[in-house]
Amino acid sequence: MNYKLDFTPVLDGLPSLLTACLGTLFLSLCGMALAIVIGIGGVVLRDSRIKQLRWLVMAFVELIRNTPFLVQIYFIYFALPLLGVRLDPTPTAIIALGINGGAYAIEIIRGGVQSISKGQIEAGLALGLHKAQVFRLIVLRPALRAIFPSLTSQFVLLTLTTSVASAISAYELTSVAQRIESDSFRSFEVYGTVTLFYLVISWLMMRFFGLISGRYFSYPVK
Amino acid sequence: MNSQSATAPAQGAEAMIKMAGVEKWYGEFKALTDINLSVRQGEKIVLCGPSGSGKSTLIRCINHLEPYQKGEIRVGGTVLSDDSRIIDAIRREVGMVFQHFNLFPHLTVLENCMLAPMRSLRASKAQAEATARRLLGRVKIAEQAEKYPAQLSGGQQQRVAIARALCMQPKVMLFDEPTSALDPEMVKEVLDTMTGLAEEGMTMICVTHEMGFARQVADRVIFMASGAIVEEAPPAEFFTKPRHERTRQFLGEILRKH
Repeated sequence: MNYKLDFTPVLDGLPSLLTACLGTLFLSLCGMALAIVIGIGGVVLRDSRIKQLRWLVMAFVELIRNTPFLVQIYFIYFALPLLGVRLDPTPTAIIALGINGGAYAIEIIRGGVQSISKGQIEAGLALGLHKAQVFRLIVLRPALRAIFPSLTSQFVLLTLTTSVASAISAYELTSVAQRIESDSFRSFEVYGTVTLFYLVISWLMMRFFGLISGRYFSYPVK
Repeated sequence: MNSQSATAPAQGAEAMIKMAGVEKWYGEFKALTDINLSVRQGEKIVLCGPSGSGKSTLIRCINHLEPYQKGEIRVGGTVLSDDSRIIDAIRREVGMVFQHFNLFPHLTVLENCMLAPMRSLRASKAQAEATARRLLGRVKIAEQAEKYPAQLSGGQQQRVAIARALCMQPKVMLFDEPTSALDPEMVKEVLDTMTGLAEEGMTMICVTHEMGFARQVADRVIFMASGAIVEEAPPAEFFTKPRHERTRQFLGEILRKH
């Protein structure tokens, strides 16, 4: 083995790699925000009284969880324009990440909601609160607390999945790395550095979720 | 708010709660059979009977936690129906205390007591807090206002649950086996709170096996079996000369235990 390490292209490209990290963080955070909205909304519809809505959510979850993310993102980027919906790479990536993460979030959050005892709901109703208030004010926070570790790992996964958005050249770390690598052929150095960056980003995400957890779910339980 | 428009004018105003011919099924199983019960304002009723006799189901029909299939229930003159505005209006006037307290774990004691008045009665924060602190004082737990439910003992939690229900200024209080989940040494503090409430003139229906409480507080004791009311009498009469064999049997079993 006489491969000689040469980090010059990586060092030259460092400013663009570091700003690309911000692109990755942006995609992640926007994707998560959308995923949590879809997740909570989906749980509400999933247990709605209207049969068609329940089926719609179940079908959505099955469709998204049993097809590859790359195909989903290609579908939005290449197929939807044929129906007249044309989106730039970054919005496409955010929507794809949100939809994909949302489908998993529905199942995770639903597990949390089901872990809340019926007595909690009855106590809320008996106090004259409506069903929607009971869900929002009484069920949601303990339910999210119960499944927060699973949600955290799902969202770290979502963060790492942003790299797939390089396939439609959305602005994020992997696509910038690909460009530097194809200009320099320094694969080992470029992808080695990027691996390290992803590790740091994941770790930051976990810290971020740890802070949220400490802030909103720190109430004592038995 | 819209509780006025949803409330029919009071008829036969002396009965706070009136159940007439109420029947309930769980599928094939008949849980309540021809329940007729009238409770006057300020009256204290103790409901007892073997487990599965329908006592909890009965009081849970009054605030529509359980739907029923036949008969009529009136609360303060309003006929209970499936209309959610009517149900909400009645639930705002009927407080309920549960066997397992059901305090909200993510809210402090004070927040537990302020939530429904603010969200359901649209009370201001200051108003809700003042009421909550006053009623927490009344159940002798004011100094725990900033704690979370998990930091309290069972007896303390149940007293908070009573205060939480009282914060809605209910006209009636329903108690569903409020001491059954408590360690023996905590039963007394909860019963004392309930006795205090009774002395202040609250209309109460209590499902309980605490016969001492029934003797001391109840105006009438009602015995249920197999989903029907078997016997009702003032406590003196109920305990000394029960008319029905099933009542005698039940009293024999329950009084031997105590």
